[in-house]
Amino acid sequence: MTGGAAAAAIGVLRRDLLLALRRKSDALAPVFFFVVVASLFPLGIGPEPELLRRIGPGVLWVGALLATMLSLARLFAADYDDGTLEQMALSPQPFVGLVAAKVTAHWLASGLPLVVVSPVLALQYGLPADTIAVLAASLVLGTPVLSLVGAIGAALTLGVRGGGLLVALLVLPLYVPALVFGAGAVDANLAGTGAEAHLSLLGACLVLATFFAPWAIAAALRIALE
Amino acid sequence: MSRPIVNWFRFSSPQAFYPLAGTLAPWFAAAAALLAATGLYIAFFVAPTDFQQGEAYRIIFVHVPASWMSMFIYVVMAGWAGLGLVLNSRLSGMMASALAPTGAMFAFLSLWTGALWGRPTWGTYWVWDARLTSELILLFLYLGFMALQAAIDDARRADKAGAVLALVGVVNIPIIYFSVQWWNTLHQGASVSLTRAPTMAAIMFTGMIVMVFAFWMYAIAVSLARVRAIILERERHAGWVLELAEGRA
Repeated sequence: MTGGAAAAAIGVLRRDLLLALRRKSDALAPVFFFVVVASLFPLGIGPEPELLRRIGPGVLWVGALLATMLSLARLFAADYDDGTLEQMALSPQPFVGLVAAKVTAHWLASGLPLVVVSPVLALQYGLPADTIAVLAASLVLGTPVLSLVGAIGAALTLGVRGGGLLVALLVLPLYVPALVFGAGAVDANLAGTGAEAHLSLLGACLVLATFFAPWAIAAALRIALE
Repeated sequence: MSRPIVNWFRFSSPQAFYPLAGTLAPWFAAAAALLAATGLYIAFFVAPTDFQQGEAYRIIFVHVPASWMSMFIYVVMAGWAGLGLVLNSRLSGMMASALAPTGAMFAFLSLWTGALWGRPTWGTYWVWDARLTSELILLFLYLGFMALQAAIDDARRADKAGAVLALVGVVNIPIIYFSVQWWNTLHQGASVSLTRAPTMAAIMFTGMIVMVFAFWMYAIAVSLARVRAIILERERHAGWVLELAEGRA
């Protein structure tokens, strides 16, 4: 039974990743968004290196957060429209496992690329090398939290009027802890006080979200499928 | 198993709860009016002028009760929501949606009075203090809950989706609160420390507690009145509502 559940989850993961690879422009849109937003800030506030270094961590984190949020709309929508999601809910394998696999695939397809491009953007903001490493580490820990919590919002607004804007309203307040600890870690490193405390707290958020969010997502999806 | 004297589960049916809410609401409203009159009398005529803040501090009698109620109502709302998910009772979801606007109103009132209080005492309407920021996020959570319910046409689905959101929110509130608090202590710029309130005179505290109860009674009265409206709206095709309407006509 457990072997079957794992196989089913891995199957869903592979399928979603394959779909993301086939539709590269969909998967890459959040990354481009991230890059464009990060480039707009210096144009808006001016190119002073000192100022940019000061606001860099916050801007990059907010950019990653918004990019993740924009990619949420596609997380369940296609499977909901063509009935795949309903079949998953009816399948003998635990729905929670399949949902967790879908969220993992979403993170690999749209969260991980944000982590990969973040060092380049951090260079534009003049952050030093070890701070860039902390930024990447905070995003590695933080973007899965964003995907997990965001998936709850995506599941709740499935097939609902004005879903995209609604997701923002539901999810952004819940993103506050990840933003505070993530950007805080980078800030702390920049200030020389050490980022370990923030990264530990971000890790704790990730553990909590990994444990609880799949159940909330599955419950929300079942409500949407009724 | 002995049967309880009052079968409380009877009132989980909207039809049974409608008249009960109608009977109770005026009493709670009267209690709210009485307590508010007492509390405001204490606030304006009995409580002495604060030696530091002058008369401006008197807004505390509205501000603090509003903040407490805004947090308390969210927990109660999440409680009703959880009950609705577990027992699948229709009335629980209606109670949750009846409470949300009152909670949001208190959160807004708390922010507004806080801004009015901040201007004369700290010289600014808004500081990014931990308590102000978490109250603002609480207001966003209320607005998200109401927006989600408003966007879903099917009332039962709206109840359940709102319930999941309220439960997720109530788990997140402590995390948000602490994250904002730590964020604030780490960004300790020119912000004002509000965490150490001066010790309060007993009469001020009494006035505040009376106002807390006044707001509490008000919240119950308004929610009961609102849940009656929601019941009528949702059960408009039910026989007993039609009979009620004919009886009025």
